[in-house]
Amino acid sequence: MTTTYTVLSEGLEKRFGQVRALRGLDLAVPEGTVCGILGPNGAGKTTAVRLLTTLLRPDGGSARIAGHDLVREAAAVRRVIGVTGQDTTVDGDLTGRQNLRLFARLHRVRGPAGHIDALLERFGLTEAADRAASGYSGGMRRRLDLAASLVRRPRVLFLDEPTTGLDPASRGEVWAVVRELRDEGTTVLLTTQYLEEADQLADDIALVDRGRVAQTGSPRHLKALIGSYAEAVVADPAALTRAAAVLDRLTGGEPSFDHERAAVGVVTRDSTLTLPRLVRELDAAGVPLLDVTLRPPTLDEVFLRLTDDRTTDEHVSDDRATAA
Amino acid sequence: MSTLALAHDGSAMLGRQLLRVRNNPALVILTQTMPITMLLFFGYVFGSALAMPGAEYRSFLVPGLLVATAANGIMTGMFQAAQDVHRGVTDRLRTLPVSRAAVPLGQAVADLVVTAVGTVPFLLAGLAVGWRVEGPAPAAAGALGLLLLFRFACVWTGIFLGLLSRSEEAAGQLGSATFMLPLLSNAYIPTGGLPGWLRTLAEWNPISAVTTALRDLFGNAPVPEGAAWPVAHPVAGSLAWCALLIAVFAPLAVRRYARP
Repeated sequence: MTTTYTVLSEGLEKRFGQVRALRGLDLAVPEGTVCGILGPNGAGKTTAVRLLTTLLRPDGGSARIAGHDLVREAAAVRRVIGVTGQDTTVDGDLTGRQNLRLFARLHRVRGPAGHIDALLERFGLTEAADRAASGYSGGMRRRLDLAASLVRRPRVLFLDEPTTGLDPASRGEVWAVVRELRDEGTTVLLTTQYLEEADQLADDIALVDRGRVAQTGSPRHLKALIGSYAEAVVADPAALTRAAAVLDRLTGGEPSFDHERAAVGVVTRDSTLTLPRLVRELDAAGVPLLDVTLRPPTLDEVFLRLTDDRTTDEHVSDDRATAA
Repeated sequence: MSTLALAHDGSAMLGRQLLRVRNNPALVILTQTMPITMLLFFGYVFGSALAMPGAEYRSFLVPGLLVATAANGIMTGMFQAAQDVHRGVTDRLRTLPVSRAAVPLGQAVADLVVTAVGTVPFLLAGLAVGWRVEGPAPAAAGALGLLLLFRFACVWTGIFLGLLSRSEEAAGQLGSATFMLPLLSNAYIPTGGLPGWLRTLAEWNPISAVTTALRDLFGNAPVPEGAAWPVAHPVAGSLAWCALLIAVFAPLAVRRYARP
């Protein structure tokens, strides 16, 4: 069986003056899956979404959305996508219901009255339906944005940082909706800065760094690739070197120091390393331990790691200044 | 994009703008009371210091204020467009399968509807301070048509500038600066007494041509002698100005909307 890719981009490029926001973005999102685009601020996530939703025209490369060429068949692309993001919102001067009616009309959805009531109900907006959207809380606003994207069921839903700025409860609601939609067969492409969000939702993750996909794979695959982070905080700064030597011996990784906190840490792919063993070994070496951590790496550490790898693997270091 | 699609989408966008007015009536009422306040202030306070008798000045002033208010369409168009752009509404609409001209067109037509309704209280206030239609009725109807056409042209100008704006605040500031435009025209004062170069400048202001046309068609004041061409031929001059503004700014606005 051949895989159908609902979003397929090859070498997408976008420049803003001197800044190369996208430097050849390749994406392949199979139909009915959730693809998480994960990356730090300025990596090009939002630019990628703006290109794929026809808001910007690429300077190079090509992409097809549900088989339609992004540039030549932009109108057809717009008929099959839904977009919700920080930069694409509903009209705050209209009520929730008025907004959904407007989008239903623009989407040419017939007999929208019952349909809209159902949408309001589904997103917990029935009570607030006749109040101006500008008075909604952040979570309600985002839910209304989502509902507006679903007035007509899109084949591809683009979510640009859908939970940034939301409280944990609202975040959970958005996640539930994304899972439901995926189960109903909608392809979802979402950008996020949160590793946890990508982990929770995405079937596949594309790590984007400086306008390019640095790595793709399932969350499990990427985690294994990146490993975990072991860190020791010591009582006496003089003991840092000793602690580093232990970490080096246990993991074979290169320790990095945080002298201000008197801490030393290392990234390891060794899944057999446990916290008790770490403590034992450090203690046996006479390190005056204040704190020991063994945890999945933060996104910052992941990117540091990936960019370090690439600096040695490829000759990309010369481009770093332009993307910063 | 077919005309049918444009009509469908445009009317949806028109509906949206009218809903906004219905949801915020206070804003519209405030906008519409402004020219009435100015009529009373200019008509009675400034009017008392002018060589022209007060009643005559107020008749002279009503068409001027009508046109000056219509010119505020630049500000309104700009502010609304900038608000939509910077709050993300424009981008959401751009991702929809919506006719590209529909959004600015809907905004411009909605503004026309609001202006047409909002002009009624001002005309009543004008009648209350002694202004009358002194010419034939068809000419007066033509005057109102010309007024709306000028408003339409101003709104398109504003929409284009609003789509270009860097922020809502910048649009608001530049928009407020447009209140200066009627000051350099014959809306509030006759231009005959101005120094030569300033008079020329004022008479080439589109507001002057439209104001003169309204005064002429309402029968409030004759076309001044020795004025620049648009004021000397006020109806033709006004139509030419409106056609020029629409021909330049409507396509620019649609293009800017379609391809940021």
